[in-house]
Amino acid sequence: MSKIAGHPYIPNSVPEIKEQMLKEIGIDSVEDIFKEIPDHLRFKGQMNLPEPILSEYALRRHVEGILAKNKNCKDNISFLGGGTWQHYVPSVCDTIASRDEFLTAYVGDAYSDHGKFQALFESASMIGELVDMDVVNTPTYDWANAIAISCRMAARINGRKEILVPKSMSPGRLMVVNNYCKPEIRVIPVDYDVNTGLLNLADLRRKISSNTSAVYFENPSFLGVIETQVEEISKIAKENGALVIVGVDPSSLGVLEAPAKYGADIVCGELQPFGMHMQWGGGLSGFIATRDEKEFVAEYPSLLFGITTTTKEGEYGFGEVFYERTSYASREKGKDFIGTCTALYGIVAGVYLALMGPQGMQELGEGIMQRVQYAISKLSKIKGVKLAFDGYHFKEFVLNFDKTGKTVAEINAGLKALNIFGGKDLSKDFPELGQSALYCITEVHTQEDIDKLVEALETFC
Amino acid sequence: MGIVKIRSDFQQARWNEPIIYEMSTPGVRGIIPPEPETAIKAIAGDVVGKLPEIIRRKTAPYLPEVSQKHVLAHWLRLSQETMGSNIGNDISEGTCTMKYNPRVNEALVAEPNFAELHPFQDEDTVQGILEIYYKFEQFIKEISGLDKVTFQPGGGNHAVYTAASVVRAYWEAKGELDKRTEVITTIFSHPCDAATPATAGFKIITIYPDEKGIPDIEALKAAVSERTAAIFMTNPEDIGIYNPKVDEFVKIVHDVGGLCFYDQANANAFLGVARAKEAGFDMCHFNVHKTFGAPHGCSGPATGAFCCTEELAKYLPVPTVEFDGNKYYLDYNRPESFGKVRDFYGVAGVVLKAYAWTMNLGAEGLRACADISVINNNYMEKKVLAIPGITSAFQGNGITRQEQIRYSFEKLHADTGVGTDDVNARIVDYGIPSYWTSHHPWVIPEPMTLEPCETYSKDDIDEYAAVLAQISKEAYENPEIVKTAPHRSSSHRRNDEASLDDPEKWAVTWRAYVKKHLSKKKEMDSVS
Repeated sequence: MSKIAGHPYIPNSVPEIKEQMLKEIGIDSVEDIFKEIPDHLRFKGQMNLPEPILSEYALRRHVEGILAKNKNCKDNISFLGGGTWQHYVPSVCDTIASRDEFLTAYVGDAYSDHGKFQALFESASMIGELVDMDVVNTPTYDWANAIAISCRMAARINGRKEILVPKSMSPGRLMVVNNYCKPEIRVIPVDYDVNTGLLNLADLRRKISSNTSAVYFENPSFLGVIETQVEEISKIAKENGALVIVGVDPSSLGVLEAPAKYGADIVCGELQPFGMHMQWGGGLSGFIATRDEKEFVAEYPSLLFGITTTTKEGEYGFGEVFYERTSYASREKGKDFIGTCTALYGIVAGVYLALMGPQGMQELGEGIMQRVQYAISKLSKIKGVKLAFDGYHFKEFVLNFDKTGKTVAEINAGLKALNIFGGKDLSKDFPELGQSALYCITEVHTQEDIDKLVEALETFC
Repeated sequence: MGIVKIRSDFQQARWNEPIIYEMSTPGVRGIIPPEPETAIKAIAGDVVGKLPEIIRRKTAPYLPEVSQKHVLAHWLRLSQETMGSNIGNDISEGTCTMKYNPRVNEALVAEPNFAELHPFQDEDTVQGILEIYYKFEQFIKEISGLDKVTFQPGGGNHAVYTAASVVRAYWEAKGELDKRTEVITTIFSHPCDAATPATAGFKIITIYPDEKGIPDIEALKAAVSERTAAIFMTNPEDIGIYNPKVDEFVKIVHDVGGLCFYDQANANAFLGVARAKEAGFDMCHFNVHKTFGAPHGCSGPATGAFCCTEELAKYLPVPTVEFDGNKYYLDYNRPESFGKVRDFYGVAGVVLKAYAWTMNLGAEGLRACADISVINNNYMEKKVLAIPGITSAFQGNGITRQEQIRYSFEKLHADTGVGTDDVNARIVDYGIPSYWTSHHPWVIPEPMTLEPCETYSKDDIDEYAAVLAQISKEAYENPEIVKTAPHRSSSHRRNDEASLDDPEKWAVTWRAYVKKHLSKKKEMDSVS
């Protein structure tokens, strides 16, 4: 007797049903269907896979047993950031994310999936308010891809083939951008000031030219610094006919200015802070926003969900805006490519923003900045520990340990023994910063958590 | 087995739900973030006030102000206005393999030992998830027959883009990228097989089918040359016909030095039946969220498993997941890697769910998915083709279909004026999700693509066919009811499709809508 007969996920695996269906088709065996595959192309034998764990309970025990080999950021105190951040996930976000309707829907039109269209329209609407833009796409894979797409959009808009990016950007994101811009767009790094972490304007002026399609910068930067020279950067870009692309961590936008207000033509960023668990980096979801001008809208590869009317007066309907631009409609003639990205995360981000409201976003931002300021004031007093960059920080900052005589790896190993995950080691990716680490503090950190870190570093350094 | 019954009095939730901004009342709150302790505030002071004017937000973001109950209710209602596949009879979304998505796997990804892992944690604190990645890679190697896998791509299209990036890296390394400028694909392969190599800089040549619906091998022979970088092809193609000469296609491309990528978005019918390896492919991919039971999430998060031969493995994105016999680790030391397609390591939750799903089924279960899928499809074909007005692509060519079929309402349209868009709106009135028509161009007129994978029972298939029969009957007897559908869905039919393509009218955010429509309406109201 087959183990799989009557498998809970496969109703027609019951032999009697299968036989009846074969009979109704008028064939004796499934081989009468697979006969279309020539014998030499057939896989012979059985795949070498583990024996199935059929009981749900046993399966759960098995997987949980493997996962138990992990150590998580709930049971330990983590100060890791750099592209995935530990924020509180409201219960309502988890409830909506786990609704089977949203969780298991796919590409149905607005007549079967009206709610999906409205939810994503609303998410776009709220993100649009955060960044002060009228057009926001359905989510991309992540921030890195959002930057990359923004760069290609810019290049198509003005026909220029160079993008300037800060040397301080995340190495992971930069690798994605470099690959996506190939072969026609050159990605040129612009120096940052090693004392302030801000973009080096002299280097920007040196590198910008009539070939520059866009200047990309991040606020806050990967190294945690709030870029304050935003007017100057935008001015330099615009004087040279280049567009301005700003990448944001939108959890800062309750307290930091909307990028469109200081010159951004395209804004992109990461939605993971808005209700997504970190999931080992699997919680990422990017967005892109622009003005509502045809020359910009025409260059989005992403689906755009628009609001419209129906035959019932007063009812909202939804549909795909300017669909012809997409590769779904126009194959290789479409704008880049589009596929399954991170729609569910986009929906959850909308739930998060509606829960937070304007006041919640302000309090979130202010509370994070206060915790960071508190941490910096304590940590920078530790002998040998130095705040790498003066200036303003949102939720991340770089600590330099050169004068402690220890490496970040050594310090982090010590912290780990105390159930603390120290900051991301930057010494390999940013050798010019010496033994430095990127620390992240959010609203999940209590004074006690920060004090524990301070005490531990006082001991090690 | 139950009685065939259609849901003739179905009514989808219709909440006439306002836009969340219309539910906003100043001062109302949905959640309160944790407040910093007094000592923190005292030491930090007015951090926001100290920010330079240019960068400090002057006005709070215009977000809705709604109580927690009303936020929850709003999105619960929107969810009810969405037909997820775990609820619906989602044979509809052909090429998408809408399997049952087991709840236990959702419980697993909610475990803090997974959900609360940071990607930069030390390797020794993430041995569990690394083990899942490594072991699932071994499964995929066995299923594909290829040598190395990455789960970094965030979906099927992204995996195909990864293939295009590998092809580019391969020719770049050989110093021939300036000569190898063309990628060949077939018209019934997914649009990404054309769009992603185009994004990567290649010129696309598209092969059309012969009279039997199989990609024209003579056209391929004419297309290949010393300019051919690769072929990107599906098999069976989206119309459900298996190309028995697939290995000859591979050979023709290999003979001119080109690489061969197998888009296995339609792999479900071939688990344990046929593999990329035996057909000679250098690369392939699986849509992990389709074939391996993970949910589609309204279109992601998802995972594309990209597989390749040992020869191409050096170009894979970093990091790969390795095992030294003692511990699992991330390998960044891959100097010929083309880089990355996504930050960190992919959508780990989908990999975890797929691992659990595969462990639950084993080799025999995977093979059962293939067997039952093709049996379901052929059973369904008989029923659907008996319905007046419906035919299938290349019907009568003597080829038995595999896991899906592209049908056509061309005859129904000619007879009654009711086309596939009408049927697709009407089907929702019977509680069935909108079906997948076809990607553009519609080579098959008035298309409908159905895929009754192993999830669906005989009763599901019978119900689906009965609904199609009912709609066909309506089309012949009372076409207006179909043309004006949906009647029992969450919304009615759009009445101004052109507005979605009109820059003066389209609105993809509420603020754009307010500017373009509500403000204008207000002006007009005040004038009148």
